[in-house]
Amino acid sequence: MSKERIKIAPEFFDIMPPEYQDLVQRATYGKEDRGWKDIGTAKELIEEHSLCAGCPESMAFRYILASLPNPEDTVMVGSTGCTSLVFPMVAVHNIHSLFGNQNAIASGLKRALTVRFPGKVKDVVVLAGDGATVDIGLDMTLQAWFRQEKFTTICFDNELYANTGGQESGLMRKGFVAKMAPIGKQFEKVRLPEIARESGCHYVVQCTVSKPSVVERVIRNAVFVARELGPTYIQLYTPCILEIGKNSMEGLQEMRDSEKPTERFAYKEFVSEPAKQFLAELAAKEKEKKAAAKQLASQEA
Amino acid sequence: MAETKSLIGTQNKKGQTYTDPRRMLFEAPRTPSFYTGSEVIKEAIRRASCDVMIAYPITPQSEAAALIGELFAEGYIGDYFRGESEFAVMSQCAGAAFGGARVFTTTAGPGTMRAMENFPMWAGARLPIQMIVTCRGINSPLSIQPDTLEISYLMNTGMLVWHAETAQDFFDWILKGYMVSEEPDVHLPLALCCDGFFVTHTKDVVQLTPADMCLPPYDPYRSPVPCMDMECPPVRMMRDPFIMKSNYISYATHASWQQEIWAAVERSRKHTIAWLDGLIDAENTDADIMIVASGTAVSQGREAIRMLEDEGVRAGLVKVKTLRPWPGEEIREATKHAEHIFVPEFNVTGWLAKEIRATVPNSDRVHAGPHVCGGMTMPPEIIVSEIKTTLGMRAVSLAGRGS
Ligand SMILES: Cc1ncc(C[n+]2csc(CCOP(=O)(O)OP(=O)(O)O)c2C)c(N)n1
Ligand code: SF4
Repeated sequence: MSKERIKIAPEFFDIMPPEYQDLVQRATYGKEDRGWKDIGTAKELIEEHSLCAGCPESMAFRYILASLPNPEDTVMVGSTGCTSLVFPMVAVHNIHSLFGNQNAIASGLKRALTVRFPGKVKDVVVLAGDGATVDIGLDMTLQAWFRQEKFTTICFDNELYANTGGQESGLMRKGFVAKMAPIGKQFEKVRLPEIARESGCHYVVQCTVSKPSVVERVIRNAVFVARELGPTYIQLYTPCILEIGKNSMEGLQEMRDSEKPTERFAYKEFVSEPAKQFLAELAAKEKEKKAAAKQLASQEA
Repeated sequence: MAETKSLIGTQNKKGQTYTDPRRMLFEAPRTPSFYTGSEVIKEAIRRASCDVMIAYPITPQSEAAALIGELFAEGYIGDYFRGESEFAVMSQCAGAAFGGARVFTTTAGPGTMRAMENFPMWAGARLPIQMIVTCRGINSPLSIQPDTLEISYLMNTGMLVWHAETAQDFFDWILKGYMVSEEPDVHLPLALCCDGFFVTHTKDVVQLTPADMCLPPYDPYRSPVPCMDMECPPVRMMRDPFIMKSNYISYATHASWQQEIWAAVERSRKHTIAWLDGLIDAENTDADIMIVASGTAVSQGREAIRMLEDEGVRAGLVKVKTLRPWPGEEIREATKHAEHIFVPEFNVTGWLAKEIRATVPNSDRVHAGPHVCGGMTMPPEIIVSEIKTTLGMRAVSLAGRGS
C-alpha cells in the first residue's frame, strides 16, 4: 500500500473521524527508520486499547507496531485471547479467525500474497498468547516452522490463559497453582525457544518488554530474516498482572525481576548461520547509509 | 490495487484463454470423455484459474487431491501443499482467501468433522472458498464407505451447500460454483458434496469444455469486506472490541452479522437459478407419488420410477440440487399434487426428509425413507418396495428373492 491510498479528499477532510485524520497526517507508513522513538508523535498505528490498566501486553503492542519495518505492507494474524481485544484498534490489516490456528492462517495468507504480488514485499506477522501458540495451536505452530513458512511468530507469554481467567498453560512454571491446575502444574515450562530453533526457525529471541529498544531490534531482525530466509520466533514475557496479583504499576518491575541472568526470562537468542550472515550484511549496509548521511550533512554544513 | 480491467480474451501462463464464463459453460463445444469422478474434479480445476489448493488425504477424496497436485506441478495452480490436518487445512484455506486468492480444497467424513469450527468462520468472514466433500461415514466403528450424514452438519454453517448426483454435475458445478459464491452480494464459501465412491470412483462419460479455456481470475476487490492485503486503508472496523464486551452494540453487531450471512445465502438463490437452471429438477409432477432426493439417491429414485412404471404405478421425481439455499418454494410447487412423498437417503437420520417435512403442507405425506447407511448401496428395489408397502400393494423383499 502506498501512503497515497489513505489520502482524504480535501472536501471530506473535516468530516473524517479525528483518528483517521491523525493516521493520514502523522502515521509513520513509509518511514524507513521508524521505531519506538516515534511513540507519542503519532499513534504508531494503535488506537486506545481495552486491556487491563497497566497490562504489559499493551506496552508490547505499542513497541511492536512502532517497530514494524514495513507497516504499509504488513498483515498481522491474531488469535483468541487478551490480544484479540486490541486488534480491532490496530491500523494494519489483521485477521482474527479461531483460537490456535494463527500459524495455519498465516501460512495460507503469506502464500496467497506471494502468488498475488510477485516481486513485492508483503510481510506477515503472527501475534498470539501462549495458550494459542503452545497448547491448542502447537501442531500448527511447529508445522509452519517445519515447512519454512516465511513469516514471524510472536508469542505473548503471560504463562497462563488470561482471557478465560487464569488456567494452566504449557508455558506456565512447574508447580504454579492455577485454575484447572489445583495441585500445581505438573510439568516444566515448555522450552519453546529451543524447540523453535530445532524446528527450523532462523532467528529466535526470548526476552521481556521492559526495554523498547530491545523489542524494536528483535522485531526488525525477525521480520527481515523471515522475509528473506524463513520462519522466526519471538517469545515476549508480558505478565498478566491481574492473574498474578500485581497492581497496574508493577508490571514493569515484574519483567525487570524476571529478566535477570539467572531468571527464566533472561535474554536468549538463537541465530542460524545464514541469518547471522544476512544480519551482518544488513548492519553493514545500515552503517554505510549512516556514514553517507553524515558525510552529506557535513558537506551541507 | 490490482488492475480491474477485464482479462477476458487474454492468455494465462499455460496458454489458456480467460473466457467469459457463460460462453465457456453454455456455448463452447463439449468433448465427451470417459473419466472417474476424481479425474473430473481435476479437469474442472484445470479450467478454474485457482490460486491456491491445500490438501490432506482422506478416502475417498485423496485421489482428487493428489491429481490436483499434478496440476500444480504442471503450473496450473499458484500454490499447493499438504497441511497437517483438516483443521489446519481449512485454516490455511481461510488465510489464503483472506489474502485475496481463489481457493480450493477437498475433504470427506472425519476430515469434515475435524475441520468443523472453520466453516462458520469461513462464512462469517465471507470467504468464497470452494470445498468438495466426498461424503463418507463419520461415526465409530470406523468406516470409509459413503454415507451422507456429514452434510446435515454443514447445512447450518452459513455455507452454500450443493449436492451433486453425477460426475457431470461435478464438472459444471465446480466452475459455476465459483461464479455464484464470488458474487459481491453472496461472497460465501461453497460445500459441493457428493456421495463418495459412487461418484468419485466410478467412470462415466462427461462432457468437458475445451481445455484451453479457463475462468477469469478472481477479483478480491469485488468482495463486500476488505481483502487483507494492505492494498486499501486499514480502517479501524470497530471502535469497541467485538463480541468480547458485554455491551448492547456488540451483541447487536454480532446478531445482525449472522443475519446478514443468511441473507447472503438467500441472495445466492437468483444467481444459482441462472447458473444451475433452477435449484431443483422435476419430472411427472402431476403424479400421486413423488420421490424427492439429492445426490446419487436421485439416480436410484429414477430407476425405481422406471420399475414402478412396469407395474403400472406412476411416480414423479424431484432432484434437489442445492440444500443451501433451500428450494422450499420449488419443492412445495413440485409436490403439490402428491399424496405420498418418499425421501430415500444414504444416511441414518434422514436429514433431507426432515427438511422436506418442514417445507410442505400436510407433512404426514412425507415418508422418511428408505434409508441406507454405513456405505450400503440402495438398490432401487427397496425404494419400490417401500412405496408399494405404503400403498398396500404386495411387495417382494430382496431377502425373499435371495439376493
Ligand atoms: C476452540 C476453543 N477453545 C477454547 C476457547 C476459549 N478460550 C478463549 S481465549 C482462551 C485462552 C487464551 O489464552 P492465551 O492464548 O494464553 O492468551 P491470553 O488470553 O493469555 O493473552 C481460551 C481457552 C476458544 N475460544 N476456542
Ligand atoms: S487479564 Fe491479564 S493479560 Fe489480559 S489484559 Fe488483563 S492483565 Fe493483561
